[in-house]
Amino acid sequence: MKILVCISHVPDTTSKINFTDGNSKFDSNGVQFVINPYDEFVLTRAMWFKEKQGASVTVVSVGNPSTEPTLRKALAIGADEAIRINADASDGYFVAKQLAEVANNGNYDLILAGRESIDYNGGMVPGMLAGILDFNFVNACIGLEVEGDKATVIREIDGGKETLSTSLPLVIGGQKGVVEEKDLRIPNMRGIMMARKKPLTVVEPISFEATTESKSFEKPEAKGAVKLIDADNVGELVDLLHNEAKVI
Amino acid sequence: MSVLVYAESSEGKFKKIAFEAVSYGKKVAELLGTNLCVLTINAENASMLSDYGAEKILKVNNEKLSNFNAKAYADVIKQGVEKENADVIIIDSSNDGIYLAPLLAVNLEAGYASNVVDAPSSISPFTVKRKAFSNKAFDNTEIKTARKLIGLAKNSFGLVESKTSATEEDFTPTLAEGDFNITSTSIDKAKGKVTIADADIVVSGGRGLKGPENWGMIEELADILGAATACSKPVSDLGWRPHSEHVGQTGKPVAANLYIAIGISGAIQHLAGINSSKVKVVINTDPEAPFFKAADYGIVGDAFEVVPKLIEKLKEFKAQNA
Ligand SMILES: Cc1cc2nc3c(=O)[nH]c(=O)nc-3n(C[C@H](O)[C@H](O)[C@H](O)COP(=O)(O)OP(=O)(O)OC[C@H]3O[C@@H](n4cnc5c(N)ncnc54)[C@H](O)[C@@H]3O)c2cc1C
Ligand SMILES: Nc1ncnc2c1ncn2[C@@H]1O[C@H](COP(=O)(O)O)[C@@H](O)[C@H]1O
Repeated sequence: MKILVCISHVPDTTSKINFTDGNSKFDSNGVQFVINPYDEFVLTRAMWFKEKQGASVTVVSVGNPSTEPTLRKALAIGADEAIRINADASDGYFVAKQLAEVANNGNYDLILAGRESIDYNGGMVPGMLAGILDFNFVNACIGLEVEGDKATVIREIDGGKETLSTSLPLVIGGQKGVVEEKDLRIPNMRGIMMARKKPLTVVEPISFEATTESKSFEKPEAKGAVKLIDADNVGELVDLLHNEAKVI
Repeated sequence: MSVLVYAESSEGKFKKIAFEAVSYGKKVAELLGTNLCVLTINAENASMLSDYGAEKILKVNNEKLSNFNAKAYADVIKQGVEKENADVIIIDSSNDGIYLAPLLAVNLEAGYASNVVDAPSSISPFTVKRKAFSNKAFDNTEIKTARKLIGLAKNSFGLVESKTSATEEDFTPTLAEGDFNITSTSIDKAKGKVTIADADIVVSGGRGLKGPENWGMIEELADILGAATACSKPVSDLGWRPHSEHVGQTGKPVAANLYIAIGISGAIQHLAGINSSKVKVVINTDPEAPFFKAADYGIVGDAFEVVPKLIEKLKEFKAQNA
């Protein structure tokens, strides 16, 4: 089985979010970048398929050279090779088109991506990729087994879960549950050393006009101060929620 | 030129977000000076949609679609869009909505903006405001394609009544064999419980509650309020509560009218997932807990004393307002 894992390179969850150039660009100054947390879950699942079922694992990212350390980290975790598509990830459709090109050239059976990236929170790329490739697609995946070309996938639904049966080729938008948090891997010294020797190929993008464009950013309005209610006067909270906030 | 909304239903009944999507669609149609068409799949009482501005309702009824299937649903909506020649298409942000929308975008070669929170700020260029950076910012995005797909964030636009008289039409799209390459083998859903996705009110507990045996009062509070229960990440990691209750950046998003956080410190990753809730209440012993900076109302106090009192007061309140 050939697996492609799509890695998006995002600001660490605690990052302060700022913008530059008249609020038109994300300010990456001083921001620590990491593998998108959802992608870490699916990457770990890919490692399991590699170890238990002899799968090969390629990681891919659409991004400029600054994404390479993130790809190296994925190699250190255990992926066999990495591909960087040399373009700014400007729009979900654009990214999906680029990934589809790589997927077509590599004949992958299983493409693993995260449910969403925590920067632009698009939740677009995996579904668009599946649509472009005409592969089967399951989103919000919390469990995945593959036997031959058959797959059993569990997805989260509002208020529960649904078990699905499908076949490869398949694209997954995954999240916690695909593996548990305790199973996530941190690169060790040996992994880091080996990663240096693994291939990281840079390919140029195909031409495709982005379908959307971020014009400007803004931050939420500053919040007013919290209204404190005395612990001995809980009734006042009920009153405020009813008469002032009008939510009960 | 027209606007098409897909109004989601579950077991024949519209979800509240369906009415919100229709309200939003009406607004967009007004801005564009055009008509609003709403597509339904196996829904009863389609005429309810005219309370929110639907002018035409395309009703699809097909047993093969009784279970949600993203590819088949995207295919059906695409055919509705083509039939109506719609150029703005609106889908809600339920788990099913965000599953089918990217497939639909590719079907229609439409630019897609997800997590949209407001009516377009401009029609030409077509610009919408969407949530980004885990609720830490908004992104004003231009959709550049002729067809535009909008994923509407839950509880962002609200319900806006606008009575119209809608024409209803049965619509029979063609379904392809390939639409059903994924089959549902089982659905496991808690019965009779309010889900976090549908809830107007969410009551959430954190590590401050000390152990799973103390969740009785959280459930009781939720019960009185008709709320869903939720928890912080460590609580589900410790196995005190099921993973499905974990909310926050890496868990479920919450966009409720009222979010009550009990014994939760208010770490940035927690807040990122719940910040788009309208009103936030915190109950915490530590006045320095970061949640107090994010909350609208707060009580500095011990949950084990405050929550039982709150339950009592709410019971009195309910009795008076019944
Ligand atoms: C990559 C990453 C992703 C993460 N994603 C999430 C996420 O999605 N969701 C999430 O929740 N967290 C997430 N976290 C974890 C987050 O950083 C915090 O560790 C977590 O939210 C803390 O949970 P808590 O508030 O329940 O516990 P604590 O931080 O331990 O806080 C407990 C609080 O309870 C109060 N307390 C104690 N006793 C009482 C009492 N008797 N009555 C009232 N109050 C009391 C304390 O004052 C304290 O403020 C993530 C972390 C990382 C690194
Ligand atoms: N620039 C990118 N390069 C590679 N994969 C990406 C990129 N952006 C997004 N993805 C993948 O698509 C998933 C969803 O991202 P998004 O649609 O941007 O929310 C991510 O979790 C990644 O797996």
